[in-house]
Amino acid sequence: MLKNRHVTGWLQAAPLSLVLIGFLILPIVAIVIVSFWRATEFSIIPAFTLENYQFLFGSPVTYKVFLATFKYAAITWALTLLIGFTAAYYLAFHIRSQTVQIALFLLCTIPFWTSNIIRMISWIPFLGRNGIANSTLIDMGVIDEPLEWLLYSDFSVILAFVHLYTLFMVVPIFNTMMRIDRSLIEAAYDNGASGFQTLVHVIVPLTKPGIMIGTIFVLTLAMGDFITVRFMSGSQKANVGRLISNDIALLQYPSAAATAVVLLCTVLIVIGILLRFVDIRKEL
Amino acid sequence: MAKVGYTRRALLKGGAAAAAASALPAPMLWAQETKNIVLRQFGTGVSNLNEVAQKVKEDLGFTLEMTALDSDSVTQRAATQPDSFDIADIEYWICKKVWPTGNLQAMDTSKIANYDKIVGIFRSGKLTPESVIAQGTAPHSVGFVDGPGATSFADEETGWMTLIPTIYNADTLGIRPDLIGRPISNWSELLNPEFKGKASILDISSIGIMDMAMVCESMGEITYGDKGNMTREEIDKTFAIFTEAKQNGQFRAFWKTFDESVNLMASGEVVIQSMWSPAITAVKSRGIPCVYQPLEEGYRSWGGGIGLSKSLTGMELDAAYDYINWYLDGWVGGFLMRQGYYSAVPETSKNYMSENEWGYWFEGKEATAEITSPFGDVLAQAGEVRDGGSFYDRMGSVACWNAVMDENQYMVRKWNEFIAS
Repeated sequence: MLKNRHVTGWLQAAPLSLVLIGFLILPIVAIVIVSFWRATEFSIIPAFTLENYQFLFGSPVTYKVFLATFKYAAITWALTLLIGFTAAYYLAFHIRSQTVQIALFLLCTIPFWTSNIIRMISWIPFLGRNGIANSTLIDMGVIDEPLEWLLYSDFSVILAFVHLYTLFMVVPIFNTMMRIDRSLIEAAYDNGASGFQTLVHVIVPLTKPGIMIGTIFVLTLAMGDFITVRFMSGSQKANVGRLISNDIALLQYPSAAATAVVLLCTVLIVIGILLRFVDIRKEL
Repeated sequence: MAKVGYTRRALLKGGAAAAAASALPAPMLWAQETKNIVLRQFGTGVSNLNEVAQKVKEDLGFTLEMTALDSDSVTQRAATQPDSFDIADIEYWICKKVWPTGNLQAMDTSKIANYDKIVGIFRSGKLTPESVIAQGTAPHSVGFVDGPGATSFADEETGWMTLIPTIYNADTLGIRPDLIGRPISNWSELLNPEFKGKASILDISSIGIMDMAMVCESMGEITYGDKGNMTREEIDKTFAIFTEAKQNGQFRAFWKTFDESVNLMASGEVVIQSMWSPAITAVKSRGIPCVYQPLEEGYRSWGGGIGLSKSLTGMELDAAYDYINWYLDGWVGGFLMRQGYYSAVPETSKNYMSENEWGYWFEGKEATAEITSPFGDVLAQAGEVRDGGSFYDRMGSVACWNAVMDENQYMVRKWNEFIAS
C-alpha cells in the first residue's frame, strides 16, 4: 500500500498537520468560540452573544489601546531595524575572518542566556529616580533634577522592547547578507558606485527577505506582549496584551477571548500587507 | 467510629491545660487513624503558612495540605470546585459571593470551645458596645446563617457560623516620612498635587476601589451611600476623579504584588501609596523610614476565616473541628500577631507572646526590648510604638471593610478602562 504515492504523501504530511491542528488550529477555534460566550463572575455560560464584541468596539478605550499598541510596535520596529541592520552589516561585510564573525555573532546572543523578564527588570533600578542613570547624570552636572521620564514611561517601554527584540532583527538580516554573492558588490564598485549607492541599490534590495522576516518577528512580539508594558510602565500604560491579561485576571475569559480574536486579525492583516511587498518564498 | 476529640476536650480546660496536653503523647488507640487523615486547605497567602501545617502535624497528628492562590482564583475555586478542598481559608467578602452556591457548610458554635471569646467584630459586629458598624462587607453580616443548609445570611448570632475568623487587620496608606517632611492625616493626600508622580495605588480592583472611595470621600467630592456597595453613578464619579489624576501624572506606578509595593517605597519612586502592613515592615527592615500612617477618616479593614466544605463528614469533620479549636487556642494567634496581624481570640494568643510583644502589638505600648518577627527579623527597637497604637485604637476606627458590590462586574470593566486610560 505504501507504494501508492498519495498514501505516502499523506503519511509524510501527517505529523506536522497533526501538531498544527492540535496545538494551533484547535486552540484558536476554542478562543473564537469562547469569545461569543457569556460570563458571570464565577462561570462561563455557553451561549451565542455578541456583547463581548459590542463592549469592545463600543469603548473608546479599545481604540486608544490599539493605537498605543501600533505606536509601540512601529517605533520598536524602526529602532530595531536601524540597529539590527547596522549590526548585521558590520558583521557580514566588515569582519573578514569567519571565526571572528561567529564569535561576535555568539556575543550578540549572550543576553539571551537569562530570562527576558530578568533582562527587562534589571532596567528598573538603573533608570529609577535615584537610579544609576540619574545619579551619574547629576554627578556629571548634566542635569540638576532627576529625569522622571526615564522610568515608567513610553521611553522605558520602548527601550526594553528594543533591548529584547533587536536580536530577532539581527539574525535574519545577517543570514541573508551572508548569502549575497560578493561578486555583485565588487561589480557595483567596478561600475563606479559609491559605498552608499551600493548599500541602497544592491545590499538593501537583496536583504529584503531578511528584513521582512525580522519585521514579522518584531511586530508580532511587540504587538502580543503584555508583561514588558506592565513592568516598564509601572502599569501606567496599556497595550492590547494588557487588556487581555487584565480580563483573564478578573476571570472575564469571553471578553479576553474577543479581544484576542480582534488582535489576531489585526496582526494577520499587518503581516498580509507586509507579504505583499516581498515574496519571502521566492527570495529565499 | 473513632473519635478525634482528645484535643478538643483538652482545650476546654483552658489555655494552660492545652499547652500541657499538647506535650502529652496522643492515646495509641486511634492515633493511627488520625495520622491518615489529610485535610486540604486552600486560601490566600497571608495565613497559608507552612509553619501552621507543621505545627498541626505535631499537635493534632493529621496532615494539613496548604495551597496558596490569589483572591480571584480562591473565589473561583470555592464557587466552582467544592470537592477540591476540605477547608477554605477565605476573606469575608469572598464568603458573601461563595456562600450562596451552597459549597460550604455552617459550623455549630457549641463545638467551638473559645467561641465566647471571639472578638465582638465577628459576632455582634461591634468591637465595644459603643462601636459604630463600618460600611462594606462587615464580617458579622456574613458570619451567621439560620441553620445547616441555609444559603442566606442571618442578621444576628444564631449558633451557626459560616467562617471562623482567623486573621484580620486595618489597612491605611503607607508614607515615607523622610521624603514628605510634614504630617499626613487624610486619605485625600494621595491625590495631592504636591506628590505628583510620587503616588501609587494597588492594581487589584476589589481592594483598589475601596481605597479610591476613601480618597474621594476625604476630598469631599463624593458622599457614598455605602462605599462597599456603590451605585453605577458613584463608580463612574470615582473613576472620573482618578482617571483625571492619572492623566495629570499623579501616579508613578501601580502595583500588583507585595514585592512591587516594597520596591516602589524603598527606592523612593513613591512616597505615598496604598500598602499592606507586612510591606511596611519589609521596607523598615531595610533601614528605610516608612510609616503605616493612621488617618482621620479611619482604616480600610479586611478579615479572613476558615470555612468547611459541604462534603466534609465523619472523622474528617471531627478533625476539622479540632483544627478550628486548635486554631483559636492561641499558638497560631501568637504567630500571626507577632507579624502585625490580629487573631480572633486575642486573649489566648497572649499565652504565646512575651509581655513586651503583647504590649507592642496589641496594647500599643512602647517596646521595652527589640521586637522580632517569628522568622527572626528585627521589626522594632526598644522605645518604638506601633503605628496607629493599640488594637482598640486601630480596629475601633475602621471606616469600611473590603467588600463585593452588586455592580461588581461593571466596576471591574471600569477598572480595566482606568488602567488602560
